[in-house]
Amino acid sequence: MSKVEEKLFQNRYLLDEGNAHIRIKNPDFCKTSCAQPCTFCCPAACYVKNEEGGIDLTTDGCLECGTCRIICKDNNNLEWDYPRGGFGISFKFG
Amino acid sequence: MTERFDAIVVGAGPAGSAAAYVMAKGGLNVLQLERGEYPGAKNVQGAILYSDALERIIPDFREDAPLERHIVEQRVWMLTDKSHIGFDYRSDEFNDPKPDRYSIIRAQFDRWFCTKVKQAGALVICDTVVKALIRDGQGKVIGVKTDREGGDILADVVILADGVNSTLARDAGFRKELDGDNTALVAKEMHFLRPEVIQNRFNIGEKEGVAFELVGTLTRGKIGMGFIYTNLESVSIGIGCMVGDFAKGGLTPYGLLDELKAHPSVKPLLAGSEMKEYSAHLIPEGGFKAIPQTYGDGWVVVGDSAGLVNSIHREGSNMAMTSGQLAAQTVIALKKEGKPCTASNLARYKAALDDSYVIKDMKKYQGMPDFLHGNRHVFTLYPELMAQAAGTMLRVDGLDKKTKEKQVTRAFRERRGLFGLVGDAIKFVRAFR
Repeated sequence: MSKVEEKLFQNRYLLDEGNAHIRIKNPDFCKTSCAQPCTFCCPAACYVKNEEGGIDLTTDGCLECGTCRIICKDNNNLEWDYPRGGFGISFKFG
Repeated sequence: MTERFDAIVVGAGPAGSAAAYVMAKGGLNVLQLERGEYPGAKNVQGAILYSDALERIIPDFREDAPLERHIVEQRVWMLTDKSHIGFDYRSDEFNDPKPDRYSIIRAQFDRWFCTKVKQAGALVICDTVVKALIRDGQGKVIGVKTDREGGDILADVVILADGVNSTLARDAGFRKELDGDNTALVAKEMHFLRPEVIQNRFNIGEKEGVAFELVGTLTRGKIGMGFIYTNLESVSIGIGCMVGDFAKGGLTPYGLLDELKAHPSVKPLLAGSEMKEYSAHLIPEGGFKAIPQTYGDGWVVVGDSAGLVNSIHREGSNMAMTSGQLAAQTVIALKKEGKPCTASNLARYKAALDDSYVIKDMKKYQGMPDFLHGNRHVFTLYPELMAQAAGTMLRVDGLDKKTKEKQVTRAFRERRGLFGLVGDAIKFVRAFR
């Protein structure tokens, strides 16, 4: 387990199975035309470079901060939404 | 739902709850919507609560609000990789019967605040995301669309307290998307320790607390700072830097946080603690120049959604509460006068905000973001030079003090040059004026 996963393991989430609240619009774009800052800016490491040079996005550990949306805004390649009401991160302390 | 409300408040953070509370107390029919499973579930802050703003809304809040420790000492540390130089201010006057600031835990505080909102007579519904604003033919906001079935709800005014991301205001065209150079990303952890350990380690009494602000090489040249706040039985530690700086590469947010925790001056403070939560959040740090339009036909925007943060003084939640209160008072006054919540009438909210410490303080520091962007070296160079100076002057090694002084002066001139030093000083003072 990587260090950030150990951190996220402490958190409480209500997962909305099958309903990712963030989606990469055009996965091919990430492979060729982007420096992929999402892979090192996301505080929950939701974005991981895959073997094909693209990005695998897993929103389960998302802290709903909004960083990825901001760094991707010029490329406009993310569909970013909040999870459905009540789902997602539920901070015990915040 | 066909019921119509006087006002809908989107969000149950300090801004939203302040607005909802004041309006409900003022006799309005108020609905507050929150996307988390409870108020505070989505909210993150350091967190220091400044009493004044809350006291003006709930004067006796100290009786039952979940407050952690009142802050009796503030430490500002300039860190280099191996050292820190600190400025402490501690005073017994902070042990006033009505202390002016407390550490708080937001999930608990926000829940408490929202209970007050309910007691004041507002209807609070959680687990509900507001997806869009409903507008009439003229573009006036007349309600909200939620993610619940049949979830359209109408009101005379909608108060947007949906936080820093405020996608609602963005989607409605009330403001632009956030800018990475004007927005900080903070990563934070909660470390639990026994209260006696915290008290001994931080040299404080029961219920007393310490707040640290940390600057220097810890941000690795990025614009940003760290913090350590003592709670009753936990310590909050975090570090925040500009999103735009993170995007340029280097360490990840959690990498920076781990480095901070491993710093030789910080590590002993957390020794033996149990980490129970990791969080991250954005802070709007664009200052005065980045404040969007704050009102329009049928809507006002408050708190982080309006970018109301004074990053120099680490104030935000107090400004959130004050803006919520001012928005609420504006709506109440319009109701009493029988006037509609049109843009021209809601302009009173902006006038009240302009006349308050919120905008006055933000105006005072309006040059600060530009100064910092143009002078990232201040975050590493000066802490390093000062630590080097202290190290040189304090080491007893047979070298005479006059020679040591020369070494220190030479280091400053070599690293930055005389013009650079004077220029930094002038620009810094200007940015503060």
